[in-house]
Amino acid sequence: MRGLFLLPLSLSLMLATAVSAAAAPAGEVNVYSSRKEDLIRPLLERFTAQTGVRVNLVTGKDDALIQRLVSEGANSPADLLITADAGRLHRAKAAGVLQPVDSATLDAAIPASYRDPQNHWFGLSLRARPIWYVKDRVDPKALSGYADLADPRWKKRVCVRSSDNIYNQSMVAALIAHEGEEGAAAWVDGLVKNFARKPAGGDRDQIKAAAAGQCDLAIANTYYVGAMLTGADPVDRAAAEKLAVFWPDQQGRGVHVNVSGVGLTAAAKHKAEAVRLMEFLVSDEAQRWYAEGNFEYPVKPGVPWNATLESFGRFKADGLPMGKLGELNGAAVRLMDRAGWK
Amino acid sequence: MRLAARPSPWGLGVGALALVLALPVLVVVANLAEPAGEVWTHLAETVLADYVINSLLLMAGVAAGTLSMGVTTAWLVAMCEFPGRRVFQWALLLPMAMPAYIIAYTYTGLLDVAGPVQVLLREGFGWSWGDYWFPEVRSLPGAVAMLSFVLYPYVYLLARAAFLEQSAGALEAARTLGAGAWRGFFTVALPLARPAVITGLSLALMETLADYGTVQYFGVDTFTTGIFRTWFGFGDATAAAQLAAVLLGFVFLLILLERWSRRQARYHQGGARRRAAPFRLRGARGWIAAGACFAPLALGFLIPAAQLAAWAWQTGTALLDARFLELMRNSLLLAVAAALMVLLLALVMAYGRRLRPSPLMHAAVNVAGLGYAVPGTVIAIGVMLPFAWLDNTVDGWARAQLGLSTGLLLSGTLFALLFAYAVRFLAVSLQTVEAGLGRIRLSMDDAARSLGRRPWQVLREIHAPLMGGTLLTAVLLVFVDVLKELPATLILRPFNFNTLAVRTYELASDERLADASGAALAIVLAGIVPVVLLSRAIARTGERHAT
Repeated sequence: MRGLFLLPLSLSLMLATAVSAAAAPAGEVNVYSSRKEDLIRPLLERFTAQTGVRVNLVTGKDDALIQRLVSEGANSPADLLITADAGRLHRAKAAGVLQPVDSATLDAAIPASYRDPQNHWFGLSLRARPIWYVKDRVDPKALSGYADLADPRWKKRVCVRSSDNIYNQSMVAALIAHEGEEGAAAWVDGLVKNFARKPAGGDRDQIKAAAAGQCDLAIANTYYVGAMLTGADPVDRAAAEKLAVFWPDQQGRGVHVNVSGVGLTAAAKHKAEAVRLMEFLVSDEAQRWYAEGNFEYPVKPGVPWNATLESFGRFKADGLPMGKLGELNGAAVRLMDRAGWK
Repeated sequence: MRLAARPSPWGLGVGALALVLALPVLVVVANLAEPAGEVWTHLAETVLADYVINSLLLMAGVAAGTLSMGVTTAWLVAMCEFPGRRVFQWALLLPMAMPAYIIAYTYTGLLDVAGPVQVLLREGFGWSWGDYWFPEVRSLPGAVAMLSFVLYPYVYLLARAAFLEQSAGALEAARTLGAGAWRGFFTVALPLARPAVITGLSLALMETLADYGTVQYFGVDTFTTGIFRTWFGFGDATAAAQLAAVLLGFVFLLILLERWSRRQARYHQGGARRRAAPFRLRGARGWIAAGACFAPLALGFLIPAAQLAAWAWQTGTALLDARFLELMRNSLLLAVAAALMVLLLALVMAYGRRLRPSPLMHAAVNVAGLGYAVPGTVIAIGVMLPFAWLDNTVDGWARAQLGLSTGLLLSGTLFALLFAYAVRFLAVSLQTVEAGLGRIRLSMDDAARSLGRRPWQVLREIHAPLMGGTLLTAVLLVFVDVLKELPATLILRPFNFNTLAVRTYELASDERLADASGAALAIVLAGIVPVVLLSRAIARTGERHAT
């Protein structure tokens, strides 16, 4: 029995030493990130190699990380918050866990609509959410914009994932910003009537369902299709090749985009190193990596895109200030609940 | 004799422990004191009814699924002799190593419109989509199936142990009175095993209520998805916590049901623990029995594991690089530390309740066990808030009094994470230990005490040896649960500390199922070894009773 008491103790000690064994060198930055480790670690390692500043990372879900920042308060060890969605950055700012950063480098690299007016957060990469159509069943001339998705002509021919998903919430939030609650509600109602099936799965699943014949139009982010087209799985590749992108509302407001971004925490203890890392993330080298590594568009104008992204073509992006997406997120969810978008 | 009128060290100790462990759940419940905001009005008008109905249907379905699979296989393996029985008795536990969300991904990959099965159908018969009927995996029945496939082992494990521990006498008496195998099962063995079966079932149902990954992926709106939608979508943490508190109401009903079923009578079995002579199933009947055991094993383990292996092979995932070994080490150390810690806590609490069964003690222990049905994220927030508050208060005090900053002492450490595991998984250990303790007559305690033994001596000298199998079961269950645990690990872990489950989640949530298969397979493999070792040890204790 005594062994039973001692074992957990000694095991947790082992774990504790395993974690603290990597002692802090001269400079370090602590990062909370809702970008997945694979999609940020290579950049952070590059930064460490160049500057000698060590980067400590915890990944997780945006809202949980914001909650962690809020409850840890002024003692939080985190210096930077990286998220995959502008709405969440706005939420973090509203919760008071971010502070403004004054950096000419950041201001010069990032267009104004992709950063916070008070400099609490900065966009790092762009994600577009266009319409995808099945090439041999749909004539793209029949399409003009998002409004088509709600047109009865496409009854039971549209695939889209659940409204639990932040991409859909942001898309509807943007619509509310442009057309008001009533216009957006009418669109959502029409779209729900056009669902080919109950929303389930992720963005890739919508593409695959369309390729298999379950629907003609799908809504999905560009980087999923990019990854499918270049990935190892032949089935995914074949599915993605059956579809083509349609950039909606190019004469009007432009395609819905969102950013992944970064903010300096109010509690930051390594401010200089943290700002240095932020500036590194908008360097040409880092910006190119977003496209190469994950088929996202660089926020910095003039940075070249990779071949797959170029094959989708250039497009006009919605110029709506990103903070709006966060402000209207709740309204968007309510709207989708009422329309019965599961 | 057993009055709890005067406070005892046991009573106070267990009470304090229960209070600390109940803290995260109480933090959630405390939100009920907040006024219900307009988000509630919106929920009630639109989706709340769906949440309730779907959660109830899911529970009913999983109950039917786990009972039919778990009890049938347990009875066959414990009481009959047929081809492959020795292998099945441990292999039937293997689905436990399979996280529910992983099995959901694999079956979706197989059976979805774009999956190989439907593609084969379309190509083989020249059909196109819409020409034929095929069940939709991503649906409520689909979620019931997935959860049943991986949760039936709870029922199987506890039911099998109960069947094995039943004295041969009762069954043989039934046989001499002319009851055949079926009647003996329904009139004697099953009623005697009922407390164990219900314990297994309530564990499975609590896990069902807490599940997020599967129902979210399948687009089934339950309480859990509702909590997250309210919190993340509306940004309303209070309303989300209030929903979670309502969820706890369901759980409390489950726990009461479990208690009630056990309190109907005390189930002690007398006499030598001799195994009844097995029913020999020959010929076709033997093969039918083998088939009945093979089906859940194939559905819950072999098919999804084969799919994972195929994906891993296809993507050429390197299983054994240095980083992978680190993930594996982290996962295993956490799981072992948590399993032993939780066992200790469960022993202390179960024993405290046995010694001093006052209403207050019951309430304390019950509340401490609620965590199992609460989604891991909610528990994690319940751990994070009080820990951060304590850290910041200590820091504030130290700054004011000593002029130095202590920073965060507990938040963001492995201690906080292990504490969350204890809160989340105490019920698993506790229910197993209590079921085991319940089978030992109180008169044994009284006899030992009257011979001058202290309570802890009774625990060590009498109960521990009698409960070898039970203790192993408790350790095994928590170990495997921690290995698969994701949400609390994700939120509470320290910097630069990843586990297999975190890795799997990151890849899978990025819709890179094939890339995630390597890490998923590693969780399954890491889970298999202890499952096999421990289930063999349990099997041995069963055989020992038999001799």
